Amino acid sequence: MKFIYFHLMPYRHLDFEEAAKHRSTWVVLPNSLYDPIKGAEEYERFIDFLVDGERLGFDGLGVNEHHQNAYGLMPAPNLIASALIQRTKKIKIAILGRALPLTNNPIFIAEEYAMLDNLSKGRIIAGFVRGIGAEYHSTGINPYFSHERFHEAHDLIVQAWTKPGPFPFDGQHFNIRYVNLWPRPYQQPHPPIWIPSQGSTETVVWAADPSRKYPFLVTFSPADLVVRYLNTYRDQARKYGYEADAGQFGWAFPCYVGETDEKARAEAGRAVETLFNNYLRMTMEMLVPPGYTSQTSMKNFFKLRTAVPGRGAMTADYLIDSGTAVIGSAKTVLAKIEEVREKTGLGIALPMFQFGILADEPARRSAERFAAEVMPKLR
Amino acid sequence: MPGQASDVKVRDVRIKLHRAGRGQPVLFLHGAGGMLQWLPFFDALADGYELLVPEHPGFGLSDDPPFIRNISDLAYFYLDFLESQGLKDFHLIGNSMGGWLAAEMLIRDRARCKSLTLISPAGLRVEGVPSGDLFIWSPEETARNLYHDQSWAEKMLAIKPSEELMDILLKNRFTVTKFGWQPRWYNPDLAKWLHRITQPSLVIWGDDDKVMPPAYAKPWCAGLPQAQLVMVEKCGHLPHVEKADQVIPKVREFLRGASR
Repeated sequence: MKFIYFHLMPYRHLDFEEAAKHRSTWVVLPNSLYDPIKGAEEYERFIDFLVDGERLGFDGLGVNEHHQNAYGLMPAPNLIASALIQRTKKIKIAILGRALPLTNNPIFIAEEYAMLDNLSKGRIIAGFVRGIGAEYHSTGINPYFSHERFHEAHDLIVQAWTKPGPFPFDGQHFNIRYVNLWPRPYQQPHPPIWIPSQGSTETVVWAADPSRKYPFLVTFSPADLVVRYLNTYRDQARKYGYEADAGQFGWAFPCYVGETDEKARAEAGRAVETLFNNYLRMTMEMLVPPGYTSQTSMKNFFKLRTAVPGRGAMTADYLIDSGTAVIGSAKTVLAKIEEVREKTGLGIALPMFQFGILADEPARRSAERFAAEVMPKLR
Repeated sequence: MPGQASDVKVRDVRIKLHRAGRGQPVLFLHGAGGMLQWLPFFDALADGYELLVPEHPGFGLSDDPPFIRNISDLAYFYLDFLESQGLKDFHLIGNSMGGWLAAEMLIRDRARCKSLTLISPAGLRVEGVPSGDLFIWSPEETARNLYHDQSWAEKMLAIKPSEELMDILLKNRFTVTKFGWQPRWYNPDLAKWLHRITQPSLVIWGDDDKVMPPAYAKPWCAGLPQAQLVMVEKCGHLPHVEKADQVIPKVREFLRGASR
């Protein structure tokens, strides 16, 4: 199993009481609630925290892109990746990922990834995502065309990396007369492409296609859903006539390793609640704008929602017991990951040790316990 | 009394068309809410006119052809529709998104149209006055923001939609997103061509419209060569619904004048 040391860079100084007066922690949360003096300190701490992942023996450091919210302060994850490249030697840098539909010129993404790949001498993992629903509000991009733009941008980027330039690209959304990337990527034919997802069928069918076989990473979902989504991918691969290998199955989860189960719950419970209840707080209209998912998926979503009233606030117990967050003693954490591995053939784990308001010190101790007592047993 | 509903085919697209009355044709283009019910306003128009209310492609029970991707496509589709129905000397009425659509049709081909009535149309921009964001509003906020008189909103919110209606509402919402998300409810090129609409034009607005604020009446009246404005007091985004008693006589009077 491979291990990616994942971070979201939340704004930990958020005034929750003030934030609660607004519709969401996304899109409309007034940016007057962001204090640049405190924020700048946070960036420094977060980068130090991530860099530590190399010393702890992880295979990669993971960052990602989110816009206009207090949940993740990385609208431009490549900037963080660039800083990490300068401060690390061998570890992979996984950008999980850039949101392809949200840009009006995907060439810039191809170029930046190629630059990072050169800067790191081939240590980049290129994640491609569609962004989350709220980001279609924040950027103005029409969610109705989200899938189309994603596929077209993907094709343009891969061609830009692999086809000798200059060549023309004529799409419905993007058209460029001279595609001619300087620099070309360091890894040949191109950096590995990973697809983080919340499990949409459209994405599974596309990612598992034999021409792609992209690793599929399920993010922040209850363990039973993680198992279901990863097995959907495995079944899809079988439909295509091949057996997916462990390297195609990933799972990203908030993780805390304490001395005992009780201590872990006490130390991380409140923080994991803030992740889901405060930082991810958004309305349905933000979460699933029309077209971001199909009409059928959206209908199921609404049905599910009416079936489970008041799921607004999730308790730490629910998040831990459902396996959405993996929190406990080293033994418990190991058992939970092993269970998902047994059921899915999981090959990539992306634990996130700092989440919500969790302070750096407990997060670092938890990561050290994970590296010493969990990771070696799963390798 | 509801109109006669039938399926009509325009090239290979099948849409639902509601008809009522006899006389000069009046084509009513519905807005983002779709064509969910027959209105007293329609009965009033069917008295003396042949009223046609089509459900746009992508709405209700009409087809949703993938080649219709934007308002321009929809406008050309309706030019095909006019030809297929043999409509000549007709009056055009559009509400909200349907008003935008009506203007997009007439800047392309104004030949057969006798008059234009716009009821709180989308389509133009007023810098510094954003339109209401029905993409971020909850269903309840949308209902409340559609009307000045909240008893209308209460009635709307009291409806418990059937499974079938839910499907239609969802389908409508997807289509509305396709047409209206970006740029948000306008075509930046439309204002340049409004001078082509030389027909007599009636612009109707509610003075408490929270979806398309009344400030939007100004560029329409400035751009349309023959526009007259009716500002309806204490009224929201749907004057032909909320203040039908005031709007009906104004529209009938206008149509009478434009019919000659």
